[in-house]
Amino acid sequence: MTHSDAGRTPRPEPDETRGNQLFGPQPNVAGAAGYPDAPPRMGFFTDTTVCIGCKACEVACKEWNAVPEDGLELTGMSYDNTQGLGADTWRHVAFIEQRIPAGRDSAAGHPDVDVFDAARGLGGSPEATAPATGTAALAGQISPVSPDGRTELRWLMSSDVCKHCTHAACLDVCPTGSLFRTEFGTVVVQQDICNGCGYCVPACPYGVIDQRRGDGRAWKCTLCYDRLGTGLEPACAKACPTDSIQFGPLDELRERAADRVARLHVSGVTEARLYGESPDDGVGGDGAFFLLLDEPEVYGLPPDPVVTTRDLPDMWRHAAVAAVSLAALAVASFVRRPR
Amino acid sequence: MTGSDVPRGGVRGAAFGRAAAMAQAGRRRRRRGRGEQAMVPEAQFSSYYGRPILKKPVWAPLDIAGYLYLGGLSGASSLLAAGGHVTGRPALARSAKLAAAGGISLSLVALVHDLGRPVRFLNMLRVFKPTSPMNLGSWLLAGYVPLTMAAAASDVAGRYRLVGSAATGAAALLGPAVTTYTAVLISDTAVPSWHEGHRELPFVFAGSGATAAAGLALAAAPVAQTGPARRLALLGAALELGAFQLMKRRMGLMAEPYEEGGPRALLRSAEILAAGGAALAAFAGRRRSRPLAAVAGAALLTGSAALRFGVFHAGVASAEDPKYTVVPQRERLRAPTD
Repeated sequence: MTHSDAGRTPRPEPDETRGNQLFGPQPNVAGAAGYPDAPPRMGFFTDTTVCIGCKACEVACKEWNAVPEDGLELTGMSYDNTQGLGADTWRHVAFIEQRIPAGRDSAAGHPDVDVFDAARGLGGSPEATAPATGTAALAGQISPVSPDGRTELRWLMSSDVCKHCTHAACLDVCPTGSLFRTEFGTVVVQQDICNGCGYCVPACPYGVIDQRRGDGRAWKCTLCYDRLGTGLEPACAKACPTDSIQFGPLDELRERAADRVARLHVSGVTEARLYGESPDDGVGGDGAFFLLLDEPEVYGLPPDPVVTTRDLPDMWRHAAVAAVSLAALAVASFVRRPR
Repeated sequence: MTGSDVPRGGVRGAAFGRAAAMAQAGRRRRRRGRGEQAMVPEAQFSSYYGRPILKKPVWAPLDIAGYLYLGGLSGASSLLAAGGHVTGRPALARSAKLAAAGGISLSLVALVHDLGRPVRFLNMLRVFKPTSPMNLGSWLLAGYVPLTMAAAASDVAGRYRLVGSAATGAAALLGPAVTTYTAVLISDTAVPSWHEGHRELPFVFAGSGATAAAGLALAAAPVAQTGPARRLALLGAALELGAFQLMKRRMGLMAEPYEEGGPRALLRSAEILAAGGAALAAFAGRRRSRPLAAVAGAALLTGSAALRFGVFHAGVASAEDPKYTVVPQRERLRAPTD
């Protein structure tokens, strides 16, 4: 639980040259995609420790990109009524309510500060002068005590988005070339090309891209390609009030994230770990990566995603042998005439 | 406690059924065969309210499983067509040529029908993209479809025989690729039960395509000319069943969707129909019975279709359940790497 996924062991690299095309670290994605002097690779660093679940990112994304409404329903499972990324949801805030042993919520970072007391002070109401209630008593009020001892609730909130993988399966399998790599190293669908074959949908190891109903084409986050082109930051990052969503050159974000994790670890938040930042992971690193406080699957993220096209050469080899076998069976069937 | 009371670690430790209860109701099909043992112990894993991590394929089962089936039938028929053509079995050759042309035309219709924007079908050919099996498949079909048409047309019309022979031969060269590439098409996804079978699935599809083509030939051509089809049915059924068993054994947890619910029923029927059809075909050959051969042929055709639909639905089920995404990936992370 407390270990960090950041120290994930890199998979053995079978072939360096091929690795950079389909799998493995690729320091120059835009260059490999055919941009001779591309700007630095841009991306998102989503620091979930400061996410307050306001969903401003969801709204800003919908507004800027004119993403249609996709159902107004109450899930009943949490404050998350958006449910997940899809053709019409390019930012999704996950809400996870967890019951943990009392005093273990190191994520709060300030165990000595009573937030309710502090909040009362803000209003300037008469209660502000009342003596502070003990933290334990408050914890007892807001979270029922479990049979085996004191517990309290903690909320994990995380704004999910397309990962803009270094090796993007959606882009690899797209038969029309509709999905392409931009000069910023991001992955974007060209809506005037997409013929709605749907191949990218099951190819994505994160379950991000989807087909829009009634439209037929595939849609996902563009990392606000139009805004990037004019030097603006993406709408979600712009709208984020706590800088949970940070936008910038990926190298810079990685440094910032490593620093943030180190500081969290020092202050006792040992469960803080980065997700998707390592160029050695199964997709060659994400262009949009995260700082999480629990295992990725708790947030609905795959723990060890691998780009499916890593195995494509192997698949073609097996299919070729199978095709030859089929031909051999047919020849064998004709060798003897029936009597 | 209530459903919203998620323990630390999401629904870790919760039984699978409980995770399902916390997600949307009615998404699960958890039906194990009577008295059957679980292949692996019930997996413990965390998830986000039991919701799937992957997006399931948006493909319509009838279109795409139908396409996998017809492509297999067509590709293997081209082999029978060329064999019949060369060895002087005109009725076998003609029925196989018609099967190849008809099958692949129908499958093309299914493919286009499944597109979100069918009028943009030709965008498939605006690039040549080796990393996309669907793109390579489109190019393959662009070459293969006219060849099957030419072969069938020349045979039926009795004209341009030289062109017809050349087309028959060329179609037979491409046919096996048409049959097996569809396995790559579905394996090259994140769908756990498809991707994990990428080594064996081409062989399963090769065998299944062979039984389908043999089945159609048995039903359509006189017994005297279908000796090769009967042998192909036996060999194909053996390849299909053997490769499928091997695949399931190698897949571990991800074989589970093939053993449960609808896919299980489809795949069991496919096994019985393939094995039974091949045996009946051999018997019909010995008895020189055309009706028996037709029954065997129908069984083989149905069995091959059931296999494709079973594989298709099992893959969809594996994408819908976060277990098949999380548990194998967790195991991979936990496994000691050198």
